[in-house]
Amino acid sequence: MDFVFPNEQNVTWTVMIVLYPYITGLVAGAFIVSSLYHVFGRTELRAVARFSLASAFVFLLFAPLPLLMHLGQPQRAFNIMITPNFSSAMAGFGFIYAGYLIVVVMEIWFVMRHSFIERARGAGPIAWLCRIILLGNAHEDDATRAADHRIARFLAGLGIPMACLLHGYVGFLFGSLKANPWWSTPLMFVIFIFSAIVSGIAVLIFHYMVVARLNGWRLDQPCVRSLAKYLWGFMIIAVALELLEVMSIAYKQTEEWEVLGMLIREKLFVSYVVLQYLVFSLIPFFLLGINSLFSLRDRVANAMVWTAATMLLVQVLLMRWNVVVGGQLVSKSMRGFTDYFPGLWEKEGIAVAVVIFTLPFGILWVFNKIVPLFPEAVPRGGSASGTK
Amino acid sequence: MTDDRNRSRREVLKLLAAGSGLLVFPLGTLLAGEREAAGDGARAPYWAYAVDTTRCIGCCACMRACRDENDVTAGVFRTWVERYRIGFDGEVRVDAATDNGYVFEPAAGEVARAFFVPKLCNHCEKSVCNQVCPVGAAFNTPDGVVLVDQKHCIGCGYCVQACPYGSRFIDPKTHKAGKCTFCYHRLAEGLAPACVHACPREARIFGDLNDPHSKLSVLLRQRHYRLLKPELGTHPKCYYLELDREVV
Repeated sequence: MDFVFPNEQNVTWTVMIVLYPYITGLVAGAFIVSSLYHVFGRTELRAVARFSLASAFVFLLFAPLPLLMHLGQPQRAFNIMITPNFSSAMAGFGFIYAGYLIVVVMEIWFVMRHSFIERARGAGPIAWLCRIILLGNAHEDDATRAADHRIARFLAGLGIPMACLLHGYVGFLFGSLKANPWWSTPLMFVIFIFSAIVSGIAVLIFHYMVVARLNGWRLDQPCVRSLAKYLWGFMIIAVALELLEVMSIAYKQTEEWEVLGMLIREKLFVSYVVLQYLVFSLIPFFLLGINSLFSLRDRVANAMVWTAATMLLVQVLLMRWNVVVGGQLVSKSMRGFTDYFPGLWEKEGIAVAVVIFTLPFGILWVFNKIVPLFPEAVPRGGSASGTK
Repeated sequence: MTDDRNRSRREVLKLLAAGSGLLVFPLGTLLAGEREAAGDGARAPYWAYAVDTTRCIGCCACMRACRDENDVTAGVFRTWVERYRIGFDGEVRVDAATDNGYVFEPAAGEVARAFFVPKLCNHCEKSVCNQVCPVGAAFNTPDGVVLVDQKHCIGCGYCVQACPYGSRFIDPKTHKAGKCTFCYHRLAEGLAPACVHACPREARIFGDLNDPHSKLSVLLRQRHYRLLKPELGTHPKCYYLELDREVV
């Protein structure tokens, strides 16, 4: 088992293509949390409703960046919309992405219009910027507020299928490739959507708790508890689906299992079996399970939830890695495996990936300077509502 | 006016002479054997390829000819030759030649049978690589060749992932998708692909499926052949004569 086709010596899709579905997953997941509040009336999530929408927006802005870093001819990227080949699943990217971006931007506009109007009243560059964002219409009364709320709710509802489409389509890109036995499964579409929701909720918990700690805010406990329960539920579904998919191939013992079994036992043993499942799925499962089933002190519960969320962020990244890279390690000769690990400083290497992943957090910080993402945050020990 | 009329009469005579010449010496006869590329003119050609695995001796002249003809970048391959060595214990050892030929290591056990299998793009009728190209840069020509528009390819690599045969690659120099073109520029001149031309054993056969008398059509009627991964429904047009079951 050591023969790979000569053109398979190097993998084609690098860590950039690992990062792309990871970021779109964060978008989809964060958006769904915001819609849980705006559409489904989960009022306990009010504390992170704006933050989740803004997070979806900034991650969405950066989702195409790893793709552009990867393209051999990035200057031709718009060909995907100018001359789309609709028999290709990938051809939908430009349209799905653009459509979703429009929905998210419009929802932000309607949800935060009140804040933009308030900021536009002052002087300085931020007020000037807010006036541009408002498109010259700073009028506000009860009727406009009600209209804004209605439209935002409609957009939040419309965004749910679009978020599923955006990320489900990424799963479909892989799942529809019949040449690759590790990817080719109709379940890939569903697995990607659920893992996206997991990563989206996880990044919100992780980030909210870090921001609250840095700013000295009191955590909104009902919100954290609710997010933790959603995270537990969605991670159970996501991991169960992932396991079911592998178990069904293993149980059927088809010809492809000979090579996929070897892939799991040898090439992906550490990243897939040990890290993705045994460490970064099992531990968060217990942490979140204990947190959901038992009544714990807030301090302990928060530490457990934050740890679980952080670990699940890594788990989903590992899942993306094991899917994207793992699938390419198997030679289409079915007689061997290739190897891949990104370099630190190369164009599609680890440093670039870290920068791309960090940038959305920086933009979110800037966003918060323009309009507060936690307008009702309460300082620790205080009782008045503040706008930090 | 008279001159014009005379000139046109001369041109008509020339055309008639050329036409009768073609009737007497059909192009198919001129390009007999390996040079069947131009077809017989009766119907538009539909090019396909066959590999006679019983004839390949692994000299890799085809690989060198391909690299020279198409200026293929080092490290990627439009065609390659696989070597299969099957032991008495059933163990299958496979490797592919590099540009320097094969690596000859000390034999590990006795070899029950050994053979070479040249590989290249299968120019599938239902090519999945074309299906997945998001910008339509990959396409099937009417004469049955799968090509990539190098001025339109964005280098996303989706076709590389989709090809079940490992025939596509992202060219390290151009950063665009590359693959075998059946030497389309040679076909336009009535020549066979460089690898076919270079093969000293006629193990590579190129021809027109629409011509029932082409060498390829005759061979496909007379010999046993297999397609690679037919279960994927890509309808490959590279026919492997007497192919061993171990080959995928």
